[in-house]
Amino acid sequence: MSTASLNPEVGDPSAAYPILPGHSSGGRLERLLREGRFAVTAELNPPDSADPREVYERALVLSEVVDAINATDASGANVHMSSVGICSLLTRAGYAVVMQISCRDRNRIAIQGDVLGAAAMGVANILCLTGDGVQAGDQPGAKPVFDLDSTALLDTIRTMRDGGKFLSGRKITVPPRVFLGAAENPFVPPYDFRPQRLAKKVAAGAQFIQTQYCFDLPLLERFMSRVRDLGLDRRCFILVGVGPLASAKAARWMRSNVPGIHIPDAVIDRLEKAKNQKAEGKAICVEMIQRVREMPGVAGVHVMAYRQEEFVSEIIQASGVLANRRRRLVQGAAS
Amino acid sequence: MYAVRLWSVRQARLLESAYAGIERALKRLHPLLDQIGYARLEKPVAAVERMAKGFLFDCQMCGQCALSSTGMSCPMNCPKSLRNGPCGGVRPGGFCEVTPAMRCVWDQAYAGSQRMRRGATIGQPLKPIDNRLWGRSSWLAVARGEHQRMDPAP
Repeated sequence: MSTASLNPEVGDPSAAYPILPGHSSGGRLERLLREGRFAVTAELNPPDSADPREVYERALVLSEVVDAINATDASGANVHMSSVGICSLLTRAGYAVVMQISCRDRNRIAIQGDVLGAAAMGVANILCLTGDGVQAGDQPGAKPVFDLDSTALLDTIRTMRDGGKFLSGRKITVPPRVFLGAAENPFVPPYDFRPQRLAKKVAAGAQFIQTQYCFDLPLLERFMSRVRDLGLDRRCFILVGVGPLASAKAARWMRSNVPGIHIPDAVIDRLEKAKNQKAEGKAICVEMIQRVREMPGVAGVHVMAYRQEEFVSEIIQASGVLANRRRRLVQGAAS
Repeated sequence: MYAVRLWSVRQARLLESAYAGIERALKRLHPLLDQIGYARLEKPVAAVERMAKGFLFDCQMCGQCALSSTGMSCPMNCPKSLRNGPCGGVRPGGFCEVTPAMRCVWDQAYAGSQRMRRGATIGQPLKPIDNRLWGRSSWLAVARGEHQRMDPAP
């Protein structure tokens, strides 16, 4: 698929793709998913810097293999360059982005304004998150906001888009045309409630899902089988979260310090026994992508390579998920 | 009290019936309450409600009670004030991400909903909270027929 030819004025982010009938956004990610292609998204590690080049350098290494780049919103409750800032830089350069919005730091007034601003910049995808607690990050003394929760946030943005109204009911002259996403974590309790919680998010407006890191296939299968029973895989596109573990030590650290990460002992043992732990971590990730791809109801993968984004391209190429796609650049302007 | 709060979730079915009874009674009392004047009743009723629900559920008096659709586990005890389900940070065994010694309010809510006759309402998305209602009586809102505020999103 020649993505560049879709946009008559490549490089001009204000020239959005025409929105196809039945689509919510003019974005590439929604198009690919609706075409039934296996999609790949990846997280960009936000810089602790005011230098735009750091964003562009990190985006460039991802761009070859991903359909959209996630701009995180102070993930882990650590301060970094904001998701709005990163999206502003990336849309300016023509990249497809998923702007993450966390409910932890801003109230409904700030968030609704950001949604309008994001859509105006050319952001076509928004991921609605609750956000990690402030205790997890580098500013534990911060005031946690949590004015909305992720489900209410989905409903709010859907109302803005489809109803053309703010939460207050006030009219929006040009609504934000965005493809709405949410997160799910099938790997933490209450396991039996997770599929129902997904259903709730879909009811509130979620069109695609990016899950937390998957290192446990049986748990994912248990979740997906219930999701299929509820018919949710036909009502939203599910992208499973994957990522390379740098070493057994790093895996242990993540498990005990990053909220919501479940890594089975067997995975850590396998890393520990390997001669080259880094290579083994990548191999585990490649295998996971291949296994996940075979699972009915899975529409793609979301790669989170914390401080290892230089390996994302290699991992995706090795997994073969893009084998039937022509190599291309996500950056329309560069192709 | 935390232990009582956990007990209430275990008794979700009993409390559900009790609540349904209270709701019917309150609605029937509306003409009388209206005559006395809701404004005059607000303070004393809110005080009684705070005591009763504070004891049973660690109620925070959000003023838009959703207990019957949250398994009789008050969602305002969640450190992230989540009203639609657990976050992705729940710890192994069902403990809170933010306060590890506390059981996740939503792990409890799900358990409670499984015991209730109309527990399936836990699946309906709730609208964002109206922060103007903190400290006000939910019971009087029910009597006035204003409980639509906590009804699910359309």
